[in-house]
Amino acid sequence: MFNRIHALIIKELLALLRDKKSRIVLIVPPLIQLFIFSFAATQEVKNQTLAILNLDHGRPALTLEQDFTAASTFSEVLQLQRAEEIPAVIDQQQAIAVLWIPEDFSRDIEAGRAAQASFILDGRKTNAAQIVQGYALSILNSYRAKLINNGQQAGVSLVSRNWFNPNLDFRWYTVPSLVCILTTVIGLLVTGLSVAREREMGTFEQLLVSPLHPLEILLGKALPALLVAMIEGAFIVLVGVFLLRVPFNGSLLLLFGSMAVFLLAIIGVGLFVSSLSMTQQQAVLGAFMFLVPAVILSGFASPIENMPHWLQTISYANPLRYFMTIVRGVFLKDVSAAIVWSQTWPMAIIACVNLCAATWLFKKRME
Amino acid sequence: MKDHLRRMKALIVKEFVQILRDPSSLMIAFVLPVILLFLYGYGVSLDAREVKLGVAVQDQGKEADHLAAAFLASPYFRAHLSRDERILEQELMAGRLRGLVVIPEDFSRQVEKGAGLGRLQVIADGSETNTANYVQNYAQGVVATWWAMRQRDHAVDKQSGPQLLTRIWFNPELESRNSLIPGALAIIMAIIGTLLTALVVAREWERGTMEALMATPVAIAELIIGKLIPYFILGMLAMLGSVAISVVLFDLPFRGSLPALLLSSGAFLLAALGQGLLISSAAKNQFIAAMVAMITGFLPAFLLSGFIFEIASMPPMVRALTHIIPARYLVTNLQTLFLVGDVWPLLLPNVFILLLLAAVLFFLTARKTVKRLR
Repeated sequence: MFNRIHALIIKELLALLRDKKSRIVLIVPPLIQLFIFSFAATQEVKNQTLAILNLDHGRPALTLEQDFTAASTFSEVLQLQRAEEIPAVIDQQQAIAVLWIPEDFSRDIEAGRAAQASFILDGRKTNAAQIVQGYALSILNSYRAKLINNGQQAGVSLVSRNWFNPNLDFRWYTVPSLVCILTTVIGLLVTGLSVAREREMGTFEQLLVSPLHPLEILLGKALPALLVAMIEGAFIVLVGVFLLRVPFNGSLLLLFGSMAVFLLAIIGVGLFVSSLSMTQQQAVLGAFMFLVPAVILSGFASPIENMPHWLQTISYANPLRYFMTIVRGVFLKDVSAAIVWSQTWPMAIIACVNLCAATWLFKKRME
Repeated sequence: MKDHLRRMKALIVKEFVQILRDPSSLMIAFVLPVILLFLYGYGVSLDAREVKLGVAVQDQGKEADHLAAAFLASPYFRAHLSRDERILEQELMAGRLRGLVVIPEDFSRQVEKGAGLGRLQVIADGSETNTANYVQNYAQGVVATWWAMRQRDHAVDKQSGPQLLTRIWFNPELESRNSLIPGALAIIMAIIGTLLTALVVAREWERGTMEALMATPVAIAELIIGKLIPYFILGMLAMLGSVAISVVLFDLPFRGSLPALLLSSGAFLLAALGQGLLISSAAKNQFIAAMVAMITGFLPAFLLSGFIFEIASMPPMVRALTHIIPARYLVTNLQTLFLVGDVWPLLLPNVFILLLLAAVLFFLTARKTVKRLR
């Protein structure tokens, strides 16, 4: 039995790696992705343009204007002359926001009345608008504190600390997340296409007339994919740690142990899709039907806690959700084996269900 | 000329039959968009609500209780109170809490003394970088509001001094769905335009049916147009369906005009289809075509188009790269059409760039698809 599986594994690896183009495609693009996306996927907001319409020439208005232009979020400032210019500037996205200081601002401040400046934001970019609004309000707060207290401190002081990522460097967050996404893509596509390719090429019948048991065929399809995806995963981790300088504080054993369980769950999905499809095109598109929702529900781009409860319930069936938590935890937090285990056993259950479903479907489709 | 049309018509009919017979392409064109819109419409939200926060109250005083109550009442946090900081720290470690506020022992006394400072500590889980930012900002907000209320109760402050009136145009409630759904549409179009097309043509090569086509009098241009038109129509249908769903089911406003929508999405589809055709004629193998389409079409539409991650915040190299990502222009145009209206000075240059990208891609495809066998 082992001889037969061994032969099948070698055959699968050859089918995958013999072609120069597919060797390149397995190695180069994931690395390029890792580099580009780890720099790109940042939710900080900087290098923004602010437009200022200052109709007041008093000193308080000038100070307020200076406080805004000094903020690091805004790298460019656009001076406006008239209120009529505002709609065009916002509509055409020449600036993310307009600070509008009315004529009587300084007079009101000096008279001790409420002095109102306006801050108009472009709501098309919800996330950026929200963050810039927060910055603007805190600039105003400190401006007000300067005015009222003449530098005296308020009654409560807040000490902010960030564990595991003291400077909130976004790359420390994206690189572990990309390790998960890229291994998913590789595991899914390699297995997803394997059975479908044989069907499409007609070599599947040859496999069926061989003495191989259906389970052996499936093992022969699953193990090479596991091997390739694990090696790729290790490679991506190495690049992340040594070239992109993301700290790795945890245990390698825990990382790769849980990665194997995770990949079995993904390979289960891939084999299921593959057994279902008659052609490679169906297999790829089927893999996408899984991949896109899985990435969205993984907590990578938006926190799972923000989702409605029914969707959070669905996300418990998503292996990517657990693996993201593990990889981030192992990279940055040096989490204990107990915590890794609490995220691994759900993946193990998912893996069992997926692999059983794939075997069942595979046997059924052979009849 | 008549022969041209007849041949192309035959190719287009063949392609349509192929699409209709294969459930997977219809799934991608009509089922995946519904799933994606559903997820973005109901599920995914970038605003932090109910972030799990631990509040360690080490002080028994009145002020500490008031502050803890302010955290409990905040809509931004689901606060868990405890006297023991260590328990909460373990929860933070396990990822069951996203942040931790420590109200130290002598907090109430310090605050009541007035002159002294009540020192609070806010610890956020930096491994969830974005959430950590929210925790820090909103915790600051809760404390500031609590402090202002307390001041008012002690009759100190009047409503005077500088104030900032913020107004958010186009999307006053800051519904993140309003900017995410246009991005989801760009993803859908990228999948149909690039991935589906890349697979279809690579399959003809892999199966050898391309050789059969080459033996016919069909010219390269006819072949390309014959592939183009069916998937263009499929993409446009998926687009119109998705826009209808967004407006009817998810209550998105649509403030632009239909011609502007058709122009923007048509130009994008041309570029995406061009990319798909180029990939397939260079790869000639479905596995490679799928990988390349995934990595140059789908992922950039997701990560580099500016609908989740702000392009301006990326480093200059990556920012330069986004200029050749078609999805970037579509996202801007769709967000504008949904929320603002026909802002032609913004829309037209984008359409123009998309057409330019499409032209370059078609030129490269035509050069790569030679009527010759290796």
